[in-house]
Amino acid sequence: MEKEKNESEGYRVAELDRQAKYVVLVLVLSGVFWLLFGTLLALVASLKMHAPDWLSQSSWLTFGRVRPLHLNTVVYGWASMTGAGVALWMLSRLLKTPIFLRGYIMVAAMVWNLALAVGSIQILAGYSRGIEWLEFPTPVMVVIVLCVVVMSISVIMMLVARKVKHLYVSVWYILAAFIWFPLLGIVSSLPIFDTPTVQAGMNWWYAHNALGLWFTPVGLAAAYYFIPKVLGRPIYSYGLSLIGFWGLALFYNWNGFHHLIGGPVPTWFVTISISASVMMVIPVVVVAVNHHMTVVGSFSAIKYSPTLRFVVFAAMSYTFVSLQGSMQALRSVNEIIHFTHFVVAHAHIGLYAFVTMMLFGACYYILPRVLLREWHSKPLIKLHFWLTASGIILYVAALQYIGFFQGLAMNDPDVPFTETVTMTMPYLVARSASGVLMAAGHLIFAWLVFKMAFSPAEEVDTPALWEKIRKEFAV
Amino acid sequence: MTRKSILFFGILATFLIAMFGMTILPKLFVDEHVKAPEYFTPFEITEGHRIFVREGCIYCHSKQVRPEGFGADVERGWGRGSEATDYRNLLPHNLGTMRTGPDLANIGARQPSADWHYLNLFQPRALNEQSIMPAYPWLFEVVPVDARPGRSGIQLPPEFQIEGKKVLPRDEARYLVTYLLSLDQQITGVD
Repeated sequence: MEKEKNESEGYRVAELDRQAKYVVLVLVLSGVFWLLFGTLLALVASLKMHAPDWLSQSSWLTFGRVRPLHLNTVVYGWASMTGAGVALWMLSRLLKTPIFLRGYIMVAAMVWNLALAVGSIQILAGYSRGIEWLEFPTPVMVVIVLCVVVMSISVIMMLVARKVKHLYVSVWYILAAFIWFPLLGIVSSLPIFDTPTVQAGMNWWYAHNALGLWFTPVGLAAAYYFIPKVLGRPIYSYGLSLIGFWGLALFYNWNGFHHLIGGPVPTWFVTISISASVMMVIPVVVVAVNHHMTVVGSFSAIKYSPTLRFVVFAAMSYTFVSLQGSMQALRSVNEIIHFTHFVVAHAHIGLYAFVTMMLFGACYYILPRVLLREWHSKPLIKLHFWLTASGIILYVAALQYIGFFQGLAMNDPDVPFTETVTMTMPYLVARSASGVLMAAGHLIFAWLVFKMAFSPAEEVDTPALWEKIRKEFAV
Repeated sequence: MTRKSILFFGILATFLIAMFGMTILPKLFVDEHVKAPEYFTPFEITEGHRIFVREGCIYCHSKQVRPEGFGADVERGWGRGSEATDYRNLLPHNLGTMRTGPDLANIGARQPSADWHYLNLFQPRALNEQSIMPAYPWLFEVVPVDARPGRSGIQLPPEFQIEGKKVLPRDEARYLVTYLLSLDQQITGVD
């Protein structure tokens, strides 16, 4: 009787995955394409920092156009598209409901890709909107937001039609992300911010929330999903999950103005954001404790599960980057690190060490299940992890170390400004080297995904990566 | 949690309250003060601003001087702390977040020579060999020495000169430099 029930359960899950297949595949493959393109732009921008006369004849390849396009392609291409695919798949599993509007979502993904291509050409040709994180011209941004709205409608339909009563914590985060991001995108596209300082406020309200209310919820939903899933044990505490979620919703929304500390805006606006940034310690620590207590005792499982390895690295990065962010918002710290490479590295811990690594981990779990094929090579997955992990660690170590001293030097009027540039040079070279490591990791990942998606099906009866973990932890 | 309505309205409420506080409230408080000054903004300056945005200057140069006692902006001679009223109502805003290069809020007062700016835009390493600023050769045209009689070309150091040629700023370079020279915070209310 019990066995029969399990079998029908397994059949239903397989059926959900089969229905999710093309939606997930289109979004992940698009994301991987933009990851590679964005990585190329990153390398060009990074090399130009220490070889300023390289490729300097073409206006299309000037630093001031390549660098914002790097951000826009990895944010709205890689992280948003892959993140949406991962989120929709998790939601389908968690609500035991197939993804709704699959055909519309596929069309939306194609339109999204087209918008990214048009926007990329526009930025390189000099038609950037000129606002950090919102460089795509407004029509392109509106199209991208509408594509996400299609997925948001699907998410709400799935929620209404769900086959389970209880809403797991990942569902809260995914629903929130799919409501928050379209609202952010629409408000930031309104033509009502028509004076410079007010527009700067909107700029950082948007940019900080794009990370905090779109990527962070998707990333945390994945952490809450995959850690218990891989280890086969429940999340440590439901109460902590609640505090973590509502704490994020209450405080993260108000963080944006800490990017304008010392700037020409009323001080009390900035003070509100500093307080909210410090309050973020609560949801962050709560989530960290919750995840840690779930993993504790089974840490060795990260040796055998590529998913868990990436996800645990990402979850730890989230704790680190968030606590660092709360510190950076303090006036005394901000006075030193504002306007330096320290903040650049901080942003990369958030979007790379947390979000991107989380998405890698999720892809390693999801793709074999929707494609019913195994990953092509175990050593290459390991290599992918070590290249990207060591790459981002080198990146952060180099830039945050020198960023701190760059800030101190900038605040010492006796140091000539040029010295604050020359002192960073060896570390900017190290940044390019770390970029090469990460780029190599991305090429491996892209090759593995490509191989799995497009090579003729192989018959797999047992998963290649899981024998050991099943023996040890009796999942 | 089992009730999606509580979840849904909680998600919406937390967002909307903060959105009001962080976008609408600043608009209500700041706009009336900033909209009042009537600036005369000639075509050259608006075009220059457009080119400033197009070339992404903002990714290395902030345009906000921090107040005295916070950082060393004032001690560095970058001018007094910036006020909301210092900015012409040119959009997008250029407050910036990075200082790979120095702050530009007061550059017109600090470096009033147009020739210096032309040279720095054509080849920054001609002025400071340790500079990592990109060159913007497409803002200039390289013509034979005897072309355009009456225009002498920018003053390049010997090692950057091109045999038999001279370098003339295009209109775009002139607009950009006009814009840069207009960034002057010495008088309150006019940048």
